[in-house]
Amino acid sequence: MMRTVSVAETAPSTYAWAVHAEKLQVRAGRHLAVNELDLRLGTGVHGLLGPNGAGKTTLMRALATVLKPAGGRLTLLGGEVTGNADLRQVRRGLGYLPQHFGFYPRFTVREFVEYIAWLKEMPKAVIPGAVQRAVERVGLADRADSRMKTLSGGMLRRAGIAQAIVNDPAVLLLDEPTVGLDPEQRLDFRELLREIGLDSCVLVSTHLVEDVAVACSDVVLISEGRLVWQGTTGQLTEQGGAGDAGDSATERGYSSVLRAYRGRVSA
Amino acid sequence: MTTHPTPTLISQYASGAAGVDDTTIWAVEAHLETCAACRAVLTDAVDPGTRDLLDRVADGIATGIATGPGPVRRRRLLRTGVAARVLPWLVTATGLMLAAALFEWTFNSLPSLVLLIAPVAPLLPVAAVWSRRLDPAWELTATMPRTGLPLLMRRTLGVLSAVIPVLAVAGWVTGHSPGLWLLPALGFTAGALALGTVVGVDRAALALTVAWSAGVVGPSLADGQLPTVLTGGSLPGWALATVALTAVVLVRAWRRPHEPHQNLLHR
Repeated sequence: MMRTVSVAETAPSTYAWAVHAEKLQVRAGRHLAVNELDLRLGTGVHGLLGPNGAGKTTLMRALATVLKPAGGRLTLLGGEVTGNADLRQVRRGLGYLPQHFGFYPRFTVREFVEYIAWLKEMPKAVIPGAVQRAVERVGLADRADSRMKTLSGGMLRRAGIAQAIVNDPAVLLLDEPTVGLDPEQRLDFRELLREIGLDSCVLVSTHLVEDVAVACSDVVLISEGRLVWQGTTGQLTEQGGAGDAGDSATERGYSSVLRAYRGRVSA
Repeated sequence: MTTHPTPTLISQYASGAAGVDDTTIWAVEAHLETCAACRAVLTDAVDPGTRDLLDRVADGIATGIATGPGPVRRRRLLRTGVAARVLPWLVTATGLMLAAALFEWTFNSLPSLVLLIAPVAPLLPVAAVWSRRLDPAWELTATMPRTGLPLLMRRTLGVLSAVIPVLAVAGWVTGHSPGLWLLPALGFTAGALALGTVVGVDRAALALTVAWSAGVVGPSLADGQLPTVLTGGSLPGWALATVALTAVVLVRAWRRPHEPHQNLLHR
C-alpha cells in the first residue's frame, strides 16, 4: 500500500536549527548540571562527548522535554520549550532512548513499540506498518513477538532504538545506545544512524570516541555543563598531536581539546 | 471525447517514444490510465524481454505471498497490557475489600469496615498507574505527546472499572446503600487527581489515605461506631464534593491538556 505524503511533510521547515539552546541551564537535583550552554544542531548525526559527570544525560533529558530548563532558552523544531509552552507538537517530532531504558517485561517487542507509537499520537492506520518497519530496521523482526523479559541486553537496547524511531522523528536523541551491542550489531547500528541522519537531527550521547569517529558527522564536546568544542569529526581529528593521549587520531583530538579547555578554565 | 491513439503511436510509446513530442506522450499516458482496451494493445507492443521480466516479477510476488508467513494477528489486548502491570495493586485492593466484607460479616458489633475502607480502596491502584517508582517506562511516558492529565484520567477510569465491581460485591454482601460506598470512593479518587496535579499523584494518594485512616478509620474503630460522615445524612455532601473535585480535574485537563514537563505529575 502506498503511503500518502501529507502537506505537513513536504512543507519547508520554518526554523534554522532543529535544536537551538541559548544560555541553557538545567538542574539535576540541586546541582546545575547544564550551565549556560549554547548549542545549535541541524540535520546530521551529532556525537555528544564529554567526561563522566559533564552533564550529557541531563542535557539529553532537557532536550527530550523530561526536565524543564531552569534558565536560558531552548527551541526544538522551531517550538519554544522553555516556559509554559504546549509541548505536544514538538513531542510528536521527537524520538528518545533514555540511558536507563525502562520497559514492560510482559509486553512483546511489537506490543511495546505499538504502545509507544500510540502514545506518540500516530494515526491508528499507520501504526502496524510503522512498527514493523522500525522493528526490521533494528534487526529484531525475528524476535518481534517475544516478550521483552526474554530478550538479551543488546536486544533490549535495539528494542529501545525501535521505539525511538517508530515515528520517523525529526530530532532523535539516543543516550548511550551502543551499550551491550556486539561488534556486528554496532556496525549495523552505525549504518542505521547514518541513514536516519540524512534527513533528521540525531544526537548520540556516548563515551566511546570510536563510535563518534565512525558514525557521526559532527561532534559536540561538553564538560562541566558547558560547550567546549563543536565541529566536524575531521576537525576533531586534526586537533590531536602526536603527544596527546589516545589510541586513535580522534581520541588524541578529544584529549587535546579537553586539555586545552581545562588549561583555559584554570588560567 | 476520446479518440484512441493509433497502435503505431502506442508501440512508439512502449519503445521509449523517440521522435514523438512530450505533449502527445502525456496525452497517450493519460488515455492509457482510463482505457483497458488500449492497455491491452500496449501489453502486446512492449518487447518480449520486458514482458518476460514483468511476468517473472508478478510470479515471484504471487509465490511470496502464497508461501510467506501470514499477516500478524492484531492483538486486541494491546492496552490491557498496561492494566496487567497494575494487577498486583488491583489484587491487593480487591483482597482488602473482600477481607473487610468477610470481617464485617463475621463480627456484627464493630462499625462497618467496608464503608470505612471503600473511600481509599481505589487510591492504591490509582497511585500505581502514575508513579515514577512503579512505572518502569516513566521517563519515556514523560516525553510523549499523549501524556499528562488526559492519559492519567484514562488510566484512572480503567482502575475504577476494576475496583467498583468489587466494591459493589462487598457493599451488596454487607447490605449497605450504594451511595455510601460509591460516592466516597469516587470523591477520594477525584481528590487524589486534583491534589496530584500539585504534589504528584502517588504522594496525593498516600496523603489522603493517611489522613483518612488517622482522622476517621482509627477514631471510629476506637469508638465502636460509624462516623457521621458515613451515614445517610452526609450523602449530599459527598455528591457535592465529588462533582466539584471532578470539575476541578476536568477544567485543568481542558485548559492545560498538556501540562508542560510532566515531572510534576509523574514522579
